[in-house]
Amino acid sequence: MKMPKIHFGYLTLFVALLFAPFIVYPVLMMKVMCFALFACAFNLLLGYTGLLSFGHAVFLGTGAYVTGHVLKEWGWPTELGLLAGTLSASVLGLVIGALAIRRQGIYFAMVTLALAQMVYFLFVQAPFTGGEDGLQGIPRGTLLGVVDLADDQSLYYFVLAICVGAFWLIHRTIHSPFGQILKAVRENEARVVSLGFDVAKYKLVAFVLSATLAGLAGATKVLVFKFATLTDAHWHTSGEVVLMTLLGGMGTAFGPVVGAGVIISLQSELADKVGSLVTVIMGGIFVVCVLAFRRGIVGEASALYQRITGR
Amino acid sequence: MTEIFGIPIQALMGQLVLGLVNGSFYAMLSLGLAVIFGMLNIINFAHGAMYMAGAFFAWMGLTYWGIGYWWALILVPLAVGVVGIVIERTMLRWLYQLDHLYGLLLTFGLALMIEGVFRYYYGASGLPYSIPEELTGAINLGFMFLPKYRAWVVVVSLVVCLATWFVIEKTKLGAYLRAATENPRLTQAFGVNVPLMVMLTYGFGVALAGLGGVLAAPAYAVSPLMGSNLIIVVFAVVVIGGMGSIMGSILTGLSLGVVEGLTKVFYAEASNTVVFVVMVIVLMIRPAGLFGKEK
Amino acid sequence: MKNFNKKQICVAIFAALGLAASAQAQVSDNVVRIGVLTDMSGAYSDLAGTGSVVATNLAVEDFKAKNKVSWAIEVVSADHQNKGDISSNKAREWFDRDKVDVVTDLVTTSTALAVMKVAKEKNKIALISGAASTRITNEDCNDVTVHWTYDTYAVANGTAKAVVKQGGKSWYFLTADYAFGQSLEKDATDVVNANGGKVLGAVRHPFPGSDFSSFLLKAQSSGAQVIGLANAGTDTTNSIKQAAEFGITPKQSLAGLLMFITDIHSLGLATTQTMYLTEAFYWDRNEETRAWSKRFFDKQRKMPTMVQAGVYSATLHYLNAVKAANSDDTQKVMAMMKKTPVNDFFAKNGVIREDGRMVHDMYLMQVKKPDESKYPWDYYNVRQTIPAAEAFQPLAASKCSLVKK
Repeated sequence: MKMPKIHFGYLTLFVALLFAPFIVYPVLMMKVMCFALFACAFNLLLGYTGLLSFGHAVFLGTGAYVTGHVLKEWGWPTELGLLAGTLSASVLGLVIGALAIRRQGIYFAMVTLALAQMVYFLFVQAPFTGGEDGLQGIPRGTLLGVVDLADDQSLYYFVLAICVGAFWLIHRTIHSPFGQILKAVRENEARVVSLGFDVAKYKLVAFVLSATLAGLAGATKVLVFKFATLTDAHWHTSGEVVLMTLLGGMGTAFGPVVGAGVIISLQSELADKVGSLVTVIMGGIFVVCVLAFRRGIVGEASALYQRITGR
Repeated sequence: MTEIFGIPIQALMGQLVLGLVNGSFYAMLSLGLAVIFGMLNIINFAHGAMYMAGAFFAWMGLTYWGIGYWWALILVPLAVGVVGIVIERTMLRWLYQLDHLYGLLLTFGLALMIEGVFRYYYGASGLPYSIPEELTGAINLGFMFLPKYRAWVVVVSLVVCLATWFVIEKTKLGAYLRAATENPRLTQAFGVNVPLMVMLTYGFGVALAGLGGVLAAPAYAVSPLMGSNLIIVVFAVVVIGGMGSIMGSILTGLSLGVVEGLTKVFYAEASNTVVFVVMVIVLMIRPAGLFGKEK
Repeated sequence: MKNFNKKQICVAIFAALGLAASAQAQVSDNVVRIGVLTDMSGAYSDLAGTGSVVATNLAVEDFKAKNKVSWAIEVVSADHQNKGDISSNKAREWFDRDKVDVVTDLVTTSTALAVMKVAKEKNKIALISGAASTRITNEDCNDVTVHWTYDTYAVANGTAKAVVKQGGKSWYFLTADYAFGQSLEKDATDVVNANGGKVLGAVRHPFPGSDFSSFLLKAQSSGAQVIGLANAGTDTTNSIKQAAEFGITPKQSLAGLLMFITDIHSLGLATTQTMYLTEAFYWDRNEETRAWSKRFFDKQRKMPTMVQAGVYSATLHYLNAVKAANSDDTQKVMAMMKKTPVNDFFAKNGVIREDGRMVHDMYLMQVKKPDESKYPWDYYNVRQTIPAAEAFQPLAASKCSLVKK
C-alpha cells in the first residue's frame, strides 16, 4: 500500500540526480554521493543493528588508499582498482569487527575508535600512503576501456550507477530475513540469542558488509578527487558520518543521504566564511540533534506526515 | 655498563620513569572517566576537551589576570568542574532515560564545539606556559636527570588518585555514591539526594580532567588538539582496564604509561600504537577487561 | 552549462570590443583574479594565513601604483585547512566557477600537490610559497607551477652545512615519522656526510607528538654533538622546549632543519639562542626589507615570515608578467615569468628554472642571545648569504620530467 509511494519518491530522486550535474557543480554532487553511500553503509550498522562504530572512517580510508595505490603504482584498470579497494576494506572489517563485537554498547564504540586510530597511525607511517602528503595524481582511467572517466560528466554517471547499485543492495539487505534479525538484535539482543540465533555471527556479517560498502565509497571518492589523504581515515571523518546519519535520521532508508547532502553542502558553503568555526557548528548540530531531534530530518518528517494524515 | 637486551640499563630506567609520567595522565583521566561512568552510565567524550580547557584556563589565568601556577592548580579544576555541572544540568540529565550511546554522541558534539572554539581564538600552533620557578631544574637520579616538574606531576597525580580511591571506597560519602550507582531509586528512597550526587560526580570527574590539564600545561605546549589526541588512548586504557574498579583504572593507566615508555626504548616507531595492541590482546583473552566483571 | 554559455557570450562581446580597441589588454573578462589559498586556522596560520592575504594585497597595491592597466585585479582568499581534498575542491571551484587565474601560497605539501594537479588540468597557474617538499619540483613537477620561497633541500642544506663547518661533526636525528620528516632527514644526512660529518643514528617519533622526552633521552645517550630536528611546527617547538627542560641543551646543541621566525617568536630567545637556521628572508636584513616589513607590520601587527614575503614577490612578478605579455593566458604568462628575472626586496636576479624552482639567495641565520636583542622582533644575526647557485638542489639532480638532459 505504501510501497508505490516510496517507489515514486525513489524515481523522482533518481531523475533529479540524472539532471543534477547540469545545474549543480558535478564534483560537489559526486562528493555528496560518495558520502551518502558511506553514511548509508554506516547506517546499516547503527540504524539497523544498533552498533555504534566510531571508527568507520578507517574503512573509507582503506578503500581510498588501496584503490589509489593499485591504480597509480600498479596501473590496474579502474574496475579492478575499485574492487581491490572495496575488498581490502572488507578484510579489515572482518578483523576489526571480530574484535569489536566481543564487547557491547559503549565499549563497542570505544574499541572501534581505538582500533581505527591504530590503523590511522599505521597509515601515517606507512610509506605507500605518502603520509601527510597523501597519494596524489591518481588516474581515473577508463570504464571497460571505452568511456574516458577523466571527463567529470561521464564520471558522474558512473558514480551515480555505483551509488544506486549499492543503495539497492542495502535496501534488499534491510528487507531480507537477515535484515529482520539485525533489527531484532537492535531491539532486544538477549531475546534473539534465546531464540537460538548466533548473534555474534549476524553482527559480524553486518559489520563486514558495512565496512565493504564504506570501502566502496572510499574507492569511488578516489576516482572523483584523484587523491587519497589522511583526512579520509581520521576520526573526525568517523564523527562526521555519525553526524550525517544522526541528522538525516538513523534507521531510515533516506536519512543518511539527506544528512550527507546537508553536511557536505554546509561544509563547502561555510568553509571560507567561518574557517575553523565549522567544527563548532558541526558540534552544535550534534548537540541539538541528540537533545531535541533524535529522529533526524527524515524521521521527523515522516512522523509529521503520519500525524497530518492522521495515522 | 650493564645492559638488558643490548639496551643500557640507564636508558631503560630513564624511559621507565618517563613512562610513569605519561601513565599518571592516563591514570587521572581514566579515573575520571570511570567515576563518571559508574554514576551516570555515560562515556564522557568531552573528557579530553575538558583536559585541554584546563590547560587553557591556566594559560588564560596567567596571561590575562596574572594568576600563577599554584593558584591555577586550585582554581582551574573548580572552574572546569563548574562548566561540567552546567553541562550536566542543562544537557546530560535529559539523556539518562535513553540508550547510553546518546550520552557518548552528545559529549562528542560538545568536544568538537569546545575544541573548535579554542582553535578559532587561539590557533592550533600551541601556546607556551612556563614551569613555575620553584619546580625548574632537575634531580640527578644517577641514571638520568629527572626534571623536578615531571617528578611533581607524578606525585600530585598519585596523591589525587589515591585520595579519590579512599573517598569512594572507605568513607560514608563513598558508600552513598556506590549505593546510588548500584540502585539509584532505592538510595533516593533512603533520603539521599541522588540527582545532586550525580551532578557533583560529573563535576568532580571533569575537574580531575581539568587538573590534569593544568599539570600538563608546563610540560607540553598548550594546544587545542592536546585533548583529542589523548582521549582516544585513554579510551583504549579504559577498555583494557574495564571500568568496574577505581583502583583498576589507576593501575591500568600507570602501567600502560610504563609499557609505552619501554616501547620507546625497543621500537620507538610503535610507541603510539602499543596501547592499542595491548587492547587487542586483552580483548582476545579477557574481553571484559583486566579488572572488569563479565556481566 | 548556463554559465558556460554566458561566458562564451561575454567572450564574444569582449572580443568584439577588443577588435575596436585592438592593442588593449587581452585579459579574459578584463579581470585578473588572484586566489590566496592558505592555512587560516591551523598550525601554520601564523606563518602564512591572513598575513599572506595582506602580502598579496600589498603586491597588488604596489603594482597599481607603478602601472596603469585597463584591467582590474581582484584578490580572493580561502582556508585550505591543510587538507588535500578541501584545497583541490576550492581550487576547482575557483578555476571553474569564479574565473580565478592564479592560486598562491599553499602551506602544506598535501595541499600544494593537490592544487598544482588541478591547476595543470585546468591550465591555470599555481605559485607555491608555504609548502616545503622537493617533490613539487621533482617527481610531481609541472609547467604551470612555480615553487617560490624555499624547500626542504634548501633549508636542510644551509643549516646542516653551517653547523658541520662550525665543528658539529657528529649528528643524531629526531625525525617526525612520516614522508616529510624522512625526506628532511635524508637531505640533511647527505649534507652532513658530504661535509665530513657523521650521523650516529636517528629516532623516529610519531606525528604529531606532544611528548618528546623519551626520544630526546635516546638522542642524549647517543652522545652526538648535534641533535637535528627533522620535524616542523609544534613538534619542533616542543622538542626544543623539552630539550632545555631535560638539560640536553646546551651540552648538546640543536639544529632546527625547518624553522620560521614565528617559531623563534613563540619560543623566546632564552630557549633558542645561538641556534642556526636557514631562511629565504629576514625582515631586518637591509633597508629595502625593513621598509616593506614596516608596511606589512602596520597592517598585521607582526613581522612578515619568509612565506608571506614570498607570496608578495610571486604575486608582483606574476602581475608584471601579465602586463608584459599583455595577456593572462597561462602559457604566455608562464613564458614571460620564466624569461624575466625576479627583482624585488625578496630576491635579486631570481630565476625560475624549467622544473618550476625559483632560485634565489638563501640566508643562514643565528638566533641572537637575549641581551643582543634591542627591539621587538630583533632575533637574527645573518651569518652568511648562501648564493642561489648553491642554495637549491642542482638542476642536474632533478627528477623532474620537464628537465631536458
